[in-house]
Amino acid sequence: MRDVAVVSFAQSKHVRRLPGLNEVEMLMPVLGEVRDKIGITQDRIGFTCSGSSDYLAGQAFSFVMTLDGVGAWPPIVESHVEMDGAWALYEAWVKLQIGEIDTALVYSYSKSSPGELRDVLTRQLDPYYVAPLWPDSVSLAALQARALLDAGLATERDFAEIARRNRTDASANPHAQLKGSRDTNDLLNDPYIVAPLRRHACPPISDGAAAVVLAAGDAARALSERPAWIRGIDHRIETHAFGARNLTESPSTRIAGDRAGVARGKIDVAELHAPFASQEGILKRALGLSETVAINPSGGPLAANPMMAAGLIRIGEAAERIRRGEADRAVAHATSGHCLQQNLVCVLEGD
Amino acid sequence: MAKQRVAVVGIGQTKHDSIRKDVSMAGLVREAALRALADAEMDWKDIDAVVIGKAPDFFEGVMMPEGYLADALGAVGKPMLRVHTAGSVGGSTALVAASLVQAGVHERVLTVAFEKQSESEAMWALSLPIPFQPPLVAGAGGYFAPHIRSYIRRSGAPDHIGMLVALKDRRNGCKNPYAHLQEHDITLEKVRDSIMLWDPIRYSETCPSSDGACAMVLGSEKVGDAATKRPAWVRGTAMRSEPTMFAGRDQVSPQGGRDCAADVYRQAGIRSPRREIDVVEMYVPFSWFEPMWLENLGFAEVGAGWKLTEAGVTAMDGDLPVNCSGGVLCSNPIGASGMLRFAEAAMQIRGQAGEHQIDGARVALGHAYGGGSQFFAMWVVGAEKP
Repeated sequence: MRDVAVVSFAQSKHVRRLPGLNEVEMLMPVLGEVRDKIGITQDRIGFTCSGSSDYLAGQAFSFVMTLDGVGAWPPIVESHVEMDGAWALYEAWVKLQIGEIDTALVYSYSKSSPGELRDVLTRQLDPYYVAPLWPDSVSLAALQARALLDAGLATERDFAEIARRNRTDASANPHAQLKGSRDTNDLLNDPYIVAPLRRHACPPISDGAAAVVLAAGDAARALSERPAWIRGIDHRIETHAFGARNLTESPSTRIAGDRAGVARGKIDVAELHAPFASQEGILKRALGLSETVAINPSGGPLAANPMMAAGLIRIGEAAERIRRGEADRAVAHATSGHCLQQNLVCVLEGD
Repeated sequence: MAKQRVAVVGIGQTKHDSIRKDVSMAGLVREAALRALADAEMDWKDIDAVVIGKAPDFFEGVMMPEGYLADALGAVGKPMLRVHTAGSVGGSTALVAASLVQAGVHERVLTVAFEKQSESEAMWALSLPIPFQPPLVAGAGGYFAPHIRSYIRRSGAPDHIGMLVALKDRRNGCKNPYAHLQEHDITLEKVRDSIMLWDPIRYSETCPSSDGACAMVLGSEKVGDAATKRPAWVRGTAMRSEPTMFAGRDQVSPQGGRDCAADVYRQAGIRSPRREIDVVEMYVPFSWFEPMWLENLGFAEVGAGWKLTEAGVTAMDGDLPVNCSGGVLCSNPIGASGMLRFAEAAMQIRGQAGEHQIDGARVALGHAYGGGSQFFAMWVVGAEKP
């Protein structure tokens, strides 16, 4: 495949609620920053691709409005996925593989604050048999967590420890929404939100945006001192029927990880899109990550979870570690749907 | 790896109707997908990846329905992408699927687009009151009527042009068994006497609201060469986007459409679209968009598109047949409408169009647009390998 790299990454400071600014206003500074960092203007971008959700915006065709933030004049080559921005990045990577363009801009965003996120996400479910029951995202994640406990694959203390580690690490992340943590024993005194998940094991609700610039070959070298080369990227989906899945495993992550070549070398750092603390272990096992791998040094989605952007942010954070020379080989993961139904894995390397 | 050739080797669509009560959303997409697979002489296991597209999720009330539809489309264990680019989405979805083959990532991609509009009322879903944004004024017709009036004023087109387009497309639709509207008794008088909805758009000059789906199997050169049925070869693919509104924007003949057409013609080696393209499936949701797009796509000089329509050039027996399938004016499952244009263009090349087949069609254009005439997706397909 053609060598394609992440050459720039920017994200907003994620917050629980960003009142007074609409999605375009939230996104524009991020788009400005991701281009300014490498001194590139929109007329030098070969392809633009974004990810967002109308259900979160509460508006049909909401992405049309955010196109105003890009500067799409003269007309640009552009597309949009109703998915996390990680999949928009995948589409852009495919476009770069064709070999006709050298650069691509990817962005994604959402404001979860205007609605009741747990209720909104029930609308993602089978509309005939499941959605009418309104099972919310936390309850479904709790079912998955319960399956892990029953299978002896994790304990509630593990969830608390994972949450503590992620939020402690987030202290060094200027974009994180939740920073710092009480100690694990203290966390275990919290009441359940939906048993066996306590508040600390659940992601925050966030408003936020992120953007990435991809570049191929020499263009990447010209734009970055140390590009984060995408050595493999793949994504897979699983059945929607919860009853037909073993929720303690993530076969789609395993296939995507194999195809992306996770095992082809030592991984220094992993950014995993595990919104619930209970999901980190599932992903770690599916990707075959050893105990030496630093997981979510950014704090991960437990520290900031802007829907539709949190997956793209994993790729951006992993790429930043490589750019800064803190890692030579990283894996980034993104998920979509309830209980890790759909997963994307991206392996990044420095030169 | 250099850019790979792409062949359309399977095409399927549902019977489009105002309410498909007999199928669920999953059943609807599966109906189109199974027909495309049968046409391609393939099974689910032959498919490497699925690319699905549809217009706003609010139309069915399911957020990101690809998760729920993964099983019905045989996508479990495979990559699945969900595209949404407004009304052009069916075309854009096919282009994303094509890019997976062009990039050499996959050999066989199933692409599907659908809308089950009977689940909601699209007109009101398009008219949500959003602070600080001009309202669409009850649906897309209210939004586009001023563009049409502007076209008529600029071009001096006579009043009956829109009616001629409506009559032609509705008659063509009677030759297409999948078309939603089957108005066998349509006459110019009936079009003229139909109620005025958004002046100058009459009821009979407006697309219906449909349930329907379209699917295609796109294959690599190897797959195309091995196909027993004649493939349609993709000769060019292009997309363009521009902002909805800003001072000086030409909403009648948007720059994005012109750029997109120039790009796709360049790839296909087409210098004179009027001479070299045999048949066109263009996205005409309101009758007057035929002459407008004829100009935007370079088939006519600025201000002269209506003359082609009036002279019968775009009729099935004209020298540039447009929308032989009946087009969007006969079937409009919004998310699928763009892919239907792409698929119908390929059907003409493959000789599959039955009663609405143009004999000897060798080069065809599929066109889709969306948003406020600001998103464009096009492909040129041909009988010869590029």
